[in-house]
Amino acid sequence: MAKITFQLNGKPVQLDTNPNRRLLDVLREDFSLTGVKEGCGEGECGACAVLMNHEIVNSCSVPIANVINKEIVTIEGFSQTHRYDILRNAFEEEGAVQCGFCTPGMMIASESLLNKNANPTEEEIKIGLSGNLCRCTGYNMIIKAIQRAVKDGDGTW
Amino acid sequence: MVEGYIPTSLSDALTELANHPYRLVAGGTDMLVQHHNLKTLPINFKQDVMYIANLSELQGIQEEEEFITIGACEPLESILEHPATPKLLKDTILEMASPAIRHAGTLGGNIANASPAGDSLVPLYLMNAMLEIQSKDRTRRVDIKEFITGVRKIALEPNEIITKIILDKIDFTKATFRKVGPRRSDAISKLSFAGAVTIQDNLVMDFRIAFGSVNITVVRHPEIECQFITKTVQELKQNKEHIVSLYREYIRPIDDQRSNKEYRKQVSLNLLRQFIDTI
Ligand SMILES: Cc1cc2nc3c(=O)[nH]c(=O)nc-3n(C[C@H](O)[C@H](O)[C@H](O)COP(=O)(O)OP(=O)(O)OC[C@H]3O[C@@H](n4cnc5c(N)ncnc54)[C@H](O)[C@@H]3O)c2cc1C
Ligand code: FES
Ligand code: FES
Repeated sequence: MAKITFQLNGKPVQLDTNPNRRLLDVLREDFSLTGVKEGCGEGECGACAVLMNHEIVNSCSVPIANVINKEIVTIEGFSQTHRYDILRNAFEEEGAVQCGFCTPGMMIASESLLNKNANPTEEEIKIGLSGNLCRCTGYNMIIKAIQRAVKDGDGTW
Repeated sequence: MVEGYIPTSLSDALTELANHPYRLVAGGTDMLVQHHNLKTLPINFKQDVMYIANLSELQGIQEEEEFITIGACEPLESILEHPATPKLLKDTILEMASPAIRHAGTLGGNIANASPAGDSLVPLYLMNAMLEIQSKDRTRRVDIKEFITGVRKIALEPNEIITKIILDKIDFTKATFRKVGPRRSDAISKLSFAGAVTIQDNLVMDFRIAFGSVNITVVRHPEIECQFITKTVQELKQNKEHIVSLYREYIRPIDDQRSNKEYRKQVSLNLLRQFIDTI
């Protein structure tokens, strides 16, 4: 057992737990944050993506021990922001959501990208999304949604 | 039950490691996939682990006059973003995994993993990277090619940690990394190639070639490279097929499901041809 303290969706949290657990399991089990999905469990699909210190990571590939003193934001926390509203609207308008399983991860990937690069080229968007798989949309609509969010956001990022 | 130790400093880590064997975990991107858990259970490690990713002594990038020193636990993406990082290493990291993996995965982890398909190894062999390795009582430096001894085999004692990667600052006239693989963010490259050349007054002053994924470890042969030093660029180009033939016997890919042997050999040698053509 180890004491693990970190920021979760803007609030300090502390837990006494086995350090050998995945961040994914802690988020889903201990905090009921089920917007974080398990797809492949191997770092390949991005369904489990969260922000760690504002950057995308796959929570299935991060041991909870590595999260000490970090800031973690899940889709639930991100959904409280203005940036989320812009992205959500853009995803809706462009038809970038079908079954929705990949969508939390896609939104996290979009935020991680735009936070560093407020005006990405199409190629940069593709790199930004390269760790996120979608079985439904064929990606073009998601790329368009990010381009629309950049326009609609007009300086938000 | 398997324990996990979270050290508070490098000296704490080294002291603990001197008394008890631990498997190290840095970013965990390889370790967690290799020890896949059943959903919701702790990670299925086979022995006690020590978490070193957050040790500040293992982070950061320092630029000195002749060297660049990269902390072993510096995430790949931070190395990519740092202005002091050699372009060849940046070009390589851009081809590795996805941003999510690069934010967590470290350079030390890619080296210690010693996969024949580990991408960073190719430019690191090419740049004669040195590793700094520490135990409680000793600090040593070793050339990367002596450190990697086989497929997933490294010359690291159980009480040691890789602390730094040290690179010479070299201003190549041209340096290229090429990777041929199924999908950019896929775990493993089918094959990779790096070439570098320095030309002064039309003379080849430095010529380096490295191949990845085509033998148990990176293929690099300074005794072939040095035959072409002080040749003119034209002579080097005229010798293209001769150079290809010198490397042919060292390109011995293992035949696995990723792609067949003959394909890998042909493509590797074509990347060498292409590199020479574009000098
Ligand atoms: C989806 C996916 C895609 C990937 N794509 C690529 C790719 O394109 N190219 C590529 O090369 N790799 C790829 N990888 C593999 C992996 O991400 C990299 O090898 C990464 O650099 C490993 O770093 P880490 O810190 O996560 O290592 P960890 O998993 O923490 O450790 C890996 C190994 O290194 C040892 N170790 C770590 N740090 C040290 C240290 N400082 N001293 C001594 N030993 C140490 C550990 O004990 C372990 O044996 C991919 C992985 C995934 C999951
Ligand atoms: S579940 Fe984590 S990347 Fe697929
Ligand atoms: S919308 Fe179904 S996986 Fe992307």
